[in-house]
Amino acid sequence: MTTLASDDAPTPRPAAVERTIPTDRRGSALKRAENRAAYLFLTPWLIGTIGITALPMLASLYLSFTDYRVLSPPTWIGFDNFIKLFTGDRRFIKAIWVTLTYVGWSVPLVLTFSLIIAVALNRGLKGLAIYRSLFYVPSLIGASVGIGLLWKEVFGERGVINDILALFGIAGRGWINNPTFALPSIIALNVWTFGASMVIFLAALRQIPESYYEAASIDGANGWQRFRRITLPLITPVVFFNAVLQLIGSFQSFTQAFVVSGGRGGPVDSTLLYSLYLYQQAFQQLNMGYASAMAWILLIAIGVATAILFWSSRFWVFYGDR
Amino acid sequence: MATARTYDPEALRAHRRRRDNSRRLRHFILHLILIGLLCVMLYPVIWMVFSSLRPEAEIFGDMGFIPTHWTLENYVRGWTLFGNKTFGLFFINSLVICIFAILGNLIACSMAAYAFARLNFKLKWFWFAIMLGTIMLPIHVQLIPQYIFFLQIGWVNTILPLVVPKFLAHDAFFIFLMVQFMRSLPPELEQAAVVDGASYWQRYWRIILPLTTPALVTTAVFTFINTYNDFFGQLIYLTDIDRMTVPVALRTFLDPSGGQSSFGGLFAMVLVSIGPVLGFFLASQRLLTKGIATTGFK
Repeated sequence: MTTLASDDAPTPRPAAVERTIPTDRRGSALKRAENRAAYLFLTPWLIGTIGITALPMLASLYLSFTDYRVLSPPTWIGFDNFIKLFTGDRRFIKAIWVTLTYVGWSVPLVLTFSLIIAVALNRGLKGLAIYRSLFYVPSLIGASVGIGLLWKEVFGERGVINDILALFGIAGRGWINNPTFALPSIIALNVWTFGASMVIFLAALRQIPESYYEAASIDGANGWQRFRRITLPLITPVVFFNAVLQLIGSFQSFTQAFVVSGGRGGPVDSTLLYSLYLYQQAFQQLNMGYASAMAWILLIAIGVATAILFWSSRFWVFYGDR
Repeated sequence: MATARTYDPEALRAHRRRRDNSRRLRHFILHLILIGLLCVMLYPVIWMVFSSLRPEAEIFGDMGFIPTHWTLENYVRGWTLFGNKTFGLFFINSLVICIFAILGNLIACSMAAYAFARLNFKLKWFWFAIMLGTIMLPIHVQLIPQYIFFLQIGWVNTILPLVVPKFLAHDAFFIFLMVQFMRSLPPELEQAAVVDGASYWQRYWRIILPLTTPALVTTAVFTFINTYNDFFGQLIYLTDIDRMTVPVALRTFLDPSGGQSSFGGLFAMVLVSIGPVLGFFLASQRLLTKGIATTGFK
């Protein structure tokens, strides 16, 4: 914690810092050597952080205030992009609603499913490792184009879902081509990949000492009470961690909406996730300034959503006895 | 939480006996529920496996779940669906990108992690905070200028925009993962080497890196899965048919609604395409769970 407050000038290249410290000359020489070594190890990362993260971010911020269509140089138009987005672009407003619906359903469903399965698996079942791997398989492949294409057929007019419904005498429909059901189909695909958070929950559940449960059950606590009073409070930091990961990830979902809707976000823009609309503006219409403005709105939205989650954590996340 | 009460050992033993009997029944029911759930979840994949092994005309018919006529024709058709190109080309393109991405992440992320975890330097916590911040950053705010830059230096339609950032430790999550791991190694490990006059590079390369193997394996596996499955970057940067990777080719040529493709060929190639991910996962699973256990999370 001391280095940030160190008294030297904040030059990234320590070799340039020449200071004479009267006492302990040898110690400071060693420190300088360590400093230089550390920055050498960091060199690739520093180049990357400045060159392909920080500078592009600044450029993107600049472009968001311009009209830029690649072929001619950007022209400064002030806040026009932002004004147009919020007042004159109905697809943008639609994309916000689609994304909020997607995130609002996906994150709680994934967390609930993964926690329930993790708790069920953590009761000393045989074959835990096999179950864990099998439940994890969808997370491995769920983000791939192949599974997106499969999903399209599974939820299609002649797909498996309708075959199953037919067994119960229910007439199916083309879920993917239906504006009401297309987005729920993609949400289902996201929930299908709950295995990743389940693995994290399982690792955390194993840290809870068995003696807590034994003591509680001798006191006459039933299964629900043990879960409600022991497991849940102790697991809230991990619920929070998973919620942050899922939230940030869902806001940026792209592949499955793209594949399922053939890149159009249809039918009737019902699967037009934010990233998909940004892609259309940037790489199909070459509206780069407009898309840059969208990118910064997304960054702010994710920042605000994450900040709200962090703020709310003080009311429901339990960090041991304090 | 922890009450300091003690319990009668006799009561505890009786309680355990009672519990064991009802536990067996409950476990049996739980197994049934979990297996049922797995069947529902994996049903679409299993359906795809069977569909890929039956003649095209039978895929959407009422032919039952298990094929009556087994055939590999879908695999042959899917593999050679692209005129004079085969699916093998897209595989090689994907694998080349994956290999460089893994190499880049292993080298660059472990170097940065070594500095953050084991060395003291000026502005350490400032840079560390920046590094953590970049993990959460959506790629969209960098994407457009990056694309324009790569376009101007002629890197579009090469693998360089997808690979070079990995050698600059752009996937900061893996730095964080390795920092967590390296911090847990005892400091005495390096002190002996310092006495022997080892350089910082030797301490990193000879001592710390070999001990970081579980975290390195985790990084390699997840880099492979993420890179192999990545669609957005490859869609933007690789448009030339000779450069196309598996996901881009699947989407371009095998989407039945967009082209002349067949469902049988689609299912066969989707299965072929997810094969490497499953194989890589199964092969590394033991090391992987070790990595997950020691680093605290995935």
